[in-house]
Amino acid sequence: MWEYTDKVKETFLKPKNVGEIPDADAVGEVGSIICGDALKLFLKIDKQTGRIVDAKFQTFGCASAIASSSALTELVKGKTLDEALGISNQDIADFLGGLPDQKMHCSVMGREALEAAVANYRGEIIPEKEEGKLVCKCFDVSEEKIRKVAMENHLTTVDEITNFTKAGGGCGECVPQIELILRDLWSLKLPEKPPKPKKLTNLHKIALIQEIIENEIRPGLQADNGDVELIDIEGSKVTLALRGMCTGCMMSDITIKGIQAKLREMVSEDIEVEAYQ
Amino acid sequence: MNPIYLDNNATTRVAPEVLEEMLPYLRDLYGNPSSMHTFGGQLHRKIEEAREKVASLLNALPEEIIFTSCGTESDDTAIMSAVESLPRKKHVITTRVEHPAVLNFCRHIARKGYRATFVPVNNLGRLDTDFLFKSIDDDTAVVSIMYANNETGVVFPIAGIAEKLKERGVLFHTDAVQAGGKIPLDLKELPVDMLSLSGHKLHAPKGIGVLYVRRGTRFSPYIIGGHQERGRRAGTENVASIIGLGKACEIAAKHIHKEAADLKRLCDRLETSLLNCCPDTRVNGDTENRLPNTTNISFEYVEGEAILLRLNEFGICASSGSACTSGSLEPSHVLRAMGIPYTAVHGSIRFSLSRYTTEKEIDRVIEVMPGIIRELRELSPFGREKIVCPPE
Repeated sequence: MWEYTDKVKETFLKPKNVGEIPDADAVGEVGSIICGDALKLFLKIDKQTGRIVDAKFQTFGCASAIASSSALTELVKGKTLDEALGISNQDIADFLGGLPDQKMHCSVMGREALEAAVANYRGEIIPEKEEGKLVCKCFDVSEEKIRKVAMENHLTTVDEITNFTKAGGGCGECVPQIELILRDLWSLKLPEKPPKPKKLTNLHKIALIQEIIENEIRPGLQADNGDVELIDIEGSKVTLALRGMCTGCMMSDITIKGIQAKLREMVSEDIEVEAYQ
Repeated sequence: MNPIYLDNNATTRVAPEVLEEMLPYLRDLYGNPSSMHTFGGQLHRKIEEAREKVASLLNALPEEIIFTSCGTESDDTAIMSAVESLPRKKHVITTRVEHPAVLNFCRHIARKGYRATFVPVNNLGRLDTDFLFKSIDDDTAVVSIMYANNETGVVFPIAGIAEKLKERGVLFHTDAVQAGGKIPLDLKELPVDMLSLSGHKLHAPKGIGVLYVRRGTRFSPYIIGGHQERGRRAGTENVASIIGLGKACEIAAKHIHKEAADLKRLCDRLETSLLNCCPDTRVNGDTENRLPNTTNISFEYVEGEAILLRLNEFGICASSGSACTSGSLEPSHVLRAMGIPYTAVHGSIRFSLSRYTTEKEIDRVIEVMPGIIRELRELSPFGREKIVCPPE
């Protein structure tokens, strides 16, 4: 069971400003029935003063979605459009005494509906989402939205992004993409590889070479019905024998070069690999 | 105020007779059944009596009953035992609508080098048995298929499947956690090799389960330690709960036919009334092959969590397949496997009754539900042209 605050429960049970405004000056619609929540916001705006004189909503969704919508309408009433745009999703959550982490996306939906309504009033056309920019296909979340919500709420982890936007909460396929966006956004450094030990003893070196050949090189070759056998290690010279389909393969030089590159990266820069004749 | 508890597929109330039977073993008779002294050792006899009562509900032999800690332990033990006893076989088969206890265990071993096949269902939740039989090969170690679905109550044709699998010599486990105590199970007639039960689904307490293992089935224990349960499940016995489960099974066996008929009548009345008074409402699952106590209904254009919290205000307990109630953002895997449209999955509500459900309680649900649906539909931007619920 979700731990809703009393204010969320109260607002959900008796939401304010429910319904439509038939002659609304601005309408903002976000979400969809497929995604599990949707909000349609109606605003009546005084042309002279630019103030929001009335706000109503229709919402399909859970208790916190309904409560967030009601909170939004209460917050915007009486404000000018610019003042209203100053309301963040956090303000909506705060108005309700907070929302469970996993439900923060409901407050984000409120903020988005407000933006959509103001854009509608000002005659701005919200650009169609470009196909390539769509990150989460399950919940239809664009890269732009992830970046925006992450910036506004100082989100640094994928879990937080999921709580606030739902992105990554479906099939999970886009989780690596969200990680990349977050790294880029906050210029997070990739975890550094452990530094190579300065000086390997011969014993360590032999063990390391054996381990890499066993775990990283042989499975790849075996997948193509080939194989490799370690014959000898003398100083930095590694002698290998190609087996199976690799024997007499036209690409065997390239295979040997590939293994050399791998060992140079993982063990030591001066490794020379040669094929056993 | 006592709740109107219609969430009995989640858990049930402990029957008063069961609690009475258990109390002495929690209060005074706290001995260990493995002890040499009478104070502890006498409890061994009580455990065997309970085992006989459980066996009697299933028409099984007492020696075929192993007490475990819960339904999940029984399920995991059954699958693990099968793959451990057949080390060369690397394939397991289950269904897409299985309880997480089996589903996630199969996914778990699939990450450890096993192959797992998940058999689909049709839009009524009926199992694609052709797909099942075609999936079996020489590598198949075990097939695990639930007897009845916890979300929709749909009952699978386990007897027919078991016959076929027996002919083909494949081990068969069924998770009968939702069926046990609600519909008769006769293991003399039903050739399954293993079957799971859970105490708290049939008016015994939580923390006690049963794994039935047919005599002659190769078995490999999952929990290793002492000699309890003849070496098949180590760990000091949960004495009071075992005795409670014995009593619960005794009561269930005595009244099962009458109770099933009563439950079906109440449940059908609830379902028919709700369908009549709320338009754009549908039943999920095969109503012809269904547990007598379960109905899963989708109310279009509204969201399940919102319905549950409004019902909660009236003290009515139910559950939903909606994403918002699952803890994740994904709605019910069962309803999605059935191809139920998302719009209907989000508004799905499961009512599950028990022997303690009264006529008056059902009346109360029928009385308040249309108002809740109407109010939430009035809030919703969808299906507005279709709101024709009669006003109160």
